[in-house]
Amino acid sequence: MKKHTPPTERAALDFCADLAASTERRRFLKWSGVTLAVAAVGCSSDSPAAAVAPVGTAPLFDPGFPTVNLGTGDVGILNYAYSLEQLEAAFYTQVIATPYAGMTAPERQILDDLRKHEVIHREFFRAAIPAAVRIPDLQVTFASVDFTSRASVLGTAQVFEDLGVSAYNGAGQLLENLDYLLVAGKIVSVEARHAAAIRDVLQPKTAFFAGDDVVNAQGLDVARVPMQVLPLADPFILTNIDASGLPTAPAIA
Amino acid sequence: MDNQLLYAALEDPSVLDGELSRRGALRRSGLLGAGLAALTMPAAMTALAGRAFAQAAPLPVPIVNALNVAYLLERLEAEFYRIGLATTGLIPAADRAIFMQVSKHEDAHVAFLASVLGSKAAVIPAFDFTAGGRFDTFTNYETFKLLSQGFEDFGVRAYKGQAGVLASNDAILTAALRIHSVEARHASEIRRLRGLKGWIPDTETPSPALAAVYAGEGNTTHLGVDVSGFVDAIAATEAFDEPVSDVRVVFAVASTFFRR
Repeated sequence: MKKHTPPTERAALDFCADLAASTERRRFLKWSGVTLAVAAVGCSSDSPAAAVAPVGTAPLFDPGFPTVNLGTGDVGILNYAYSLEQLEAAFYTQVIATPYAGMTAPERQILDDLRKHEVIHREFFRAAIPAAVRIPDLQVTFASVDFTSRASVLGTAQVFEDLGVSAYNGAGQLLENLDYLLVAGKIVSVEARHAAAIRDVLQPKTAFFAGDDVVNAQGLDVARVPMQVLPLADPFILTNIDASGLPTAPAIA
Repeated sequence: MDNQLLYAALEDPSVLDGELSRRGALRRSGLLGAGLAALTMPAAMTALAGRAFAQAAPLPVPIVNALNVAYLLERLEAEFYRIGLATTGLIPAADRAIFMQVSKHEDAHVAFLASVLGSKAAVIPAFDFTAGGRFDTFTNYETFKLLSQGFEDFGVRAYKGQAGVLASNDAILTAALRIHSVEARHASEIRRLRGLKGWIPDTETPSPALAAVYAGEGNTTHLGVDVSGFVDAIAATEAFDEPVSDVRVVFAVASTFFRR
């Protein structure tokens, strides 16, 4: 993965402005106490999942959109999960609404099942998180996805599912309430089933369903803390997310 | 059989002799695992796990017990796939890459858990994956795949059921979650290999042999929220996997495959 050397804030803004013609939109997260490699976040157009290493720039945000605060403690983590489920539900809803040419019946069944499951996850969090502390509906964008392209749609699905697995795996340690930990566990294994299925569709009869790109030499799947996940989701979320109140843990290698 | 007896049995299988004599005694020699071939693990892998989880203080007993539940299942799976892959003519060439990846992971999980548990790792009995001739496991690929699916789906549930016990140790909890999701990837792939969806609908009516694996998977209430009406009832059962928290259930499934 190409790494960008950390620019100054002004240089980062200029750099992104220069690349504006090749990207549909710049989206930034508002962070407090966490810094980002701006060039990698806002400007990469190669892959929806540009890896970002936190480095030294000031927090930036997209002034055209509101900021929502995920909150603190367990509620913050539930809202964080709710954000990701909103994103996935919206993505698969679009996929089914505008299916790529040549979508086979088995592919459609898988993608529609994923739509159903992510919608159910989203509505579960909407019902489970008290209204007073629940974040609103996020505005999302899939401008970087070509919904007419099987490769783009399935590639994005793979990214989202692996990202969801990593997010839940990394969030478990941040939860206090064991009932919430259990429900996170009930969801993450389904996301992993999703990820394996999409990967199997992309590269059938291979090891890719649980490839060495996601499962390491100790047999451990990807795991990321929120501050590693949110930069990867950010290209798709227009609403600014304030995650500064979330419980923290060291980045997971 | 209470949990303490189970854990004691994993440490020293001879304690089971009295308990099980009513159903036909398990021979001591079989339980002591004398027939179980040693699995060779890459030394570096074990060392890595040990370094990463070097504990200043001994692990609490509940965590040791929970990890030994996982260790029992990983040893079972690792041996199952090792034999399957070594059985000429069982796994078609086209499917070998899948099972080789699964096997690689189970071996890694065994090494990882053994490293974390150290001297507290349970003594695992020898296995008989035919369950005394009940299953033509290594002479019938369909049976092999069915049991594989059962082991993977059950392993997901067992890990999930122990997560709460591990929650007091962030590093171990995170590692367990990361293993748990790998087992779910396996389960999805094996299910799909058998022509099923990667996820578990309540309408699943597997072989009666696997009834214990899927009992309770139809639950649609989570944190007091009934999710069955959000889209449809079947999708609602697929969207969440259920735990198996009762170690007796785990032991009952695993001990089906202890050599007698």
